[in-house]
Amino acid sequence: MGARSFGAVALAVVVAGLAVTRVLDNQYYYFAGYVVLQYVVLATAWNILGGYTGYVNFGTPAFFALGAYTAVVLIQSLKAPLAIQLVAGAIISGLLGLALGYLTLRLRGVFFSIATLALAVVLQTMFINWEYTGGARGITLVRPASAPLFGNYVQFLFVVMLGLAVLAVATAWWIERSWIGRGLTAIRDNEEAAECMGVPTLRLKLVATTVSGVLMGLAGAPFPYYVTFVEPTSVFDLNYAVNSLAMPMIGGSTTWIGPVIGAVLLGTAQQIATVTISSALNLLLVGLILVAFVILAPEGIVGLVQRLARRSGERTRRSGV
Amino acid sequence: MANRLVVRNVEAGYGAVRVLHGVSIEVNDGETVVLLGTNGNGKSTLINCVMGVVRPERGEIYLERDGQRIDLVGRTPEEIVHLGVTLVPEGRRLFPKLTVEENLLLGAFRADARRDIAKNLEFCFEAFPVLRERKRQLAGSMSGGEQQMLAIGRALMATPAILLVDEPSVGLAPVLVSRVIAKIRELKERYHLTVLMAEQNFNQAVKIADRGYVIVHGQIAFEGRTKDLTEHELVKKFYLGV
Repeated sequence: MGARSFGAVALAVVVAGLAVTRVLDNQYYYFAGYVVLQYVVLATAWNILGGYTGYVNFGTPAFFALGAYTAVVLIQSLKAPLAIQLVAGAIISGLLGLALGYLTLRLRGVFFSIATLALAVVLQTMFINWEYTGGARGITLVRPASAPLFGNYVQFLFVVMLGLAVLAVATAWWIERSWIGRGLTAIRDNEEAAECMGVPTLRLKLVATTVSGVLMGLAGAPFPYYVTFVEPTSVFDLNYAVNSLAMPMIGGSTTWIGPVIGAVLLGTAQQIATVTISSALNLLLVGLILVAFVILAPEGIVGLVQRLARRSGERTRRSGV
Repeated sequence: MANRLVVRNVEAGYGAVRVLHGVSIEVNDGETVVLLGTNGNGKSTLINCVMGVVRPERGEIYLERDGQRIDLVGRTPEEIVHLGVTLVPEGRRLFPKLTVEENLLLGAFRADARRDIAKNLEFCFEAFPVLRERKRQLAGSMSGGEQQMLAIGRALMATPAILLVDEPSVGLAPVLVSRVIAKIRELKERYHLTVLMAEQNFNQAVKIADRGYVIVHGQIAFEGRTKDLTEHELVKKFYLGV
């Protein structure tokens, strides 16, 4: 997809989102839509490191929660507006990504993944014991009664998250087409060879961990105003780690569209399952779908479509001769 | 731009194991030099020292470029590639899940190579017509000989001043080895490349070498012109079975 058509689609998505807020009145759709879009951001962010670079990160909750708690601290201390919460959440989580990159430079494969898991545990322990942000009991926050232009604050948050999703996907799209993306792919395919070819592997990995961290922090920053109650067990939930990994795997982890497809499909399925069957079923659903995909379509939906397209292309060529 | 690669008294190893014991070699501008030796004598270690992958404990490695000396010891592989030294690694080390074209583009990662990318890509396709035919194919799905051609093409994408080739014959059928060697000779003659090649296949290597070094247990046991090499006792003993 060219830059112009990508821009046009992005704009159309935002306009459609704004139009929806003028028509649709049922608040539930905004609550559910917000969660799906939040997963678009998280899955896309995860994919920059996990899909493009091949470094599997189990620490999504750490970055997400750090974004959320940064917002909590800013609300508590300064009553800062949402825009500042977003910027601060992005910076703090980005710094955590950079630090993770530096600390785990020499770790590869499964050892890197274990380190990211440890990161989430350490941060969770820290927030459990920090009274200022509510400690283990959690903290209740009062969100502004209304937002300018939107009236309803949840609708406003929905549009904000839509903007963040477009921003995240555009970032992934740009990286994929740039030299950075090509270098990241080389690292995934053969890190030693990449190094010998003059690819600055260290710097590129730091770029990947930082960008991934920034986007995850952005996803977490509006969360306190969305739920109005933040506690460590819910923001450090295993759901975030599993979903942000499963969505790109199901959609296809080598292109920007894969995580979007995965997040929309799986996120929507989870929302539907929550209201129709039970909210405890979510993770089981994800697990089953993930197992099915790993066996039947290891390259995800995008890979499956590409494979079918190639096959039908060959068939037409053969019959044409 | 005249380039000369000088390695002087290099000692290197891995942990407690010393592999190179004071190795000195020189590669002059436009020359093809082979480093001969059977497995485990330190050929790859020396190549890796030049590339900055292995750090020597002692000794000097430098480029002489138009009379200026550029030290390579202590630099990262990335910086060394930027200085115009590129490697065709042992066992090819391609990016198997990327296409032929993507592999080639990755060879031109350094900034000044990116400027000439269209020209160099055309050059690679001209030098290796098979790569043009297969540019959309995944590198890992090609035959060993084609993969070796791709590995050489990828290294040429950086417009190297000095090309290092580590054991191009590994894992190839004898007929393919001849073809790869013939290709390297063709490239060298047409484009005035400066090449340092590590190889254990003596009969193939001497076909293209101007000079050679025989490395035994991490020391240079003999150096000389190609003609002297074929007549030397060590070579007879190790390679020709005489």
